[in-house]
Amino acid sequence: MAMYIRQEDCISCYACEQECPTGAISHNEEGIFTIDPYVCVECHGFYEEAQCLAICPIEGCIVKLEVATYGCA
Amino acid sequence: MGCSSKGCGTSIDGLSHLPENIREKVENHPCYSQEAHHFYARMHVAVAPACNIQCNYCNRKYDCANESRPGVVSELLTPEEAVKKVLAVAMEIPQMTVVGIAGPGDPLANPDRTFRTFELIKEKAPDIKLCLSTNGLRLTDFVDRIKDLGIDHVTITINAVTPETASKIYPWIFYNHKRYKGIEAAKIILEKQYEGLQACVEKGILIKVNTVFAPEINGEELEELSKKVRRMGAFLHNIMPYVEGEGTVYQKLGVRPPTPQELKEVQEKCEPHMSLMRHCRQCRADAVGLLGEDRGQEFTKDKIIHLQVNYSAEYRKSIHEEIEKERAKLKKARELMSLPLEDEGKKVLVAVASKGNMLVNEHFGTAHEFLIYEISSQGIKFIQHRKVTPYCHGSIACLEGGDILEDTISKLSDCEAIIAAKIGFEPRDTLETKGIKCVDEFAYLPIPEALTKYYEKYVLEKVKTEG
Repeated sequence: MAMYIRQEDCISCYACEQECPTGAISHNEEGIFTIDPYVCVECHGFYEEAQCLAICPIEGCIVKLEVATYGCA
Repeated sequence: MGCSSKGCGTSIDGLSHLPENIREKVENHPCYSQEAHHFYARMHVAVAPACNIQCNYCNRKYDCANESRPGVVSELLTPEEAVKKVLAVAMEIPQMTVVGIAGPGDPLANPDRTFRTFELIKEKAPDIKLCLSTNGLRLTDFVDRIKDLGIDHVTITINAVTPETASKIYPWIFYNHKRYKGIEAAKIILEKQYEGLQACVEKGILIKVNTVFAPEINGEELEELSKKVRRMGAFLHNIMPYVEGEGTVYQKLGVRPPTPQELKEVQEKCEPHMSLMRHCRQCRADAVGLLGEDRGQEFTKDKIIHLQVNYSAEYRKSIHEEIEKERAKLKKARELMSLPLEDEGKKVLVAVASKGNMLVNEHFGTAHEFLIYEISSQGIKFIQHRKVTPYCHGSIACLEGGDILEDTISKLSDCEAIIAAKIGFEPRDTLETKGIKCVDEFAYLPIPEALTKYYEKYVLEKVKTEG
């Protein structure tokens, strides 16, 4: 259970990183943002919805990891 | 207010009705005082990338160095880098008096980076004014912090009065850890914007309201909006034309930007209720320089990062004193602006080419924009600026000069004359054939003086001889 950032769509706006309650999201020097699937809990136990997905300005950029991997949940 | 912001030939910047203490605060602020923007410069530092709302006229995805609009920057800065840039610009362009944070997202959706930047600037360059521009969603949360930092000016972008209209502008917002959509989102954002406005006014923070004007979307509501924000204590309203952006929802829907005439009409409707800002250039969140120019490319990250800047508030002060001397010299010219001119009820529009200091000091061929003034018995009034492609754009001959000239002519078609420091033979012939008089005999005069002389020589004389 984790969220995933599609690199090709990400505009590196930091919004998701600021909102993440578990600190699962980080970025490197080139502004590439990634989610650590072992830390991400899709905000279960924190909020009603995954915060990164709720604030991301690019439609389809953040998805569930299963969707990114297998094409469906 | 018997004698309001216009009529009886009052002020050059439309702010004369304000109380003295407020006037003082805005006098040297290029974005607030029409007159100051001829002399003083501003810069935006792009430290705030995240946004907490979506606007249908904005697409965060598109960025190229040639694109100049809010919401987009080429290079994001950390607070430390931003301060370095501010100090470098402050010494290189000492007429820069104001640093604003306007994005490229929303400053208050990035509170840590935004406030850290302000704190560092305040510490290292206390003579620089700070301001910020926000969508207002979280303004109430931060109003105390804004006040404590001594930020005197805040701009809120408010685009609607009713939730129905707001829902056509904001498809969603992120608020209290939740994404709201539709009319629910619209209600929350409007409530928060007006609440933030009120909270700032109560703290004595000056509020300018920006409104993006798209005739089909919010055209009907703007007069009411202007009245409402005035009633709530905002001191200036800036109605900006919606600019079509690549890949935006509005572009897909075919929402069209207003024509300059539509903008002028809506401004005229709102003006009896509220002081309007007419000289906004809708600059990027990383713009540097006088309004209308962007010297951002001279201060990119790789250029400033190794720079050793010795900040000198004294040097800056001496430059500002020089500027004030220049401004005092122009006082006479300024007074001319407020002299009601004799006339026969005639109103004329004139386009002026200027690159600053309130002088007619730009050639027709190199002008990127024209300042449009209306001259009538009410005096001289600044209407708007209009961007054009410079006629002499290349190094060789003006190959596409014809097309460019056609475009410029269509943009200035309602103007009776162009006043510039110089106008070459070729464009002059075409312009005059199209009925636009070309005047370069007032080169390097202050704009008000040039306009008055033009009026006396060409308009009044004509009226007399015809009469």
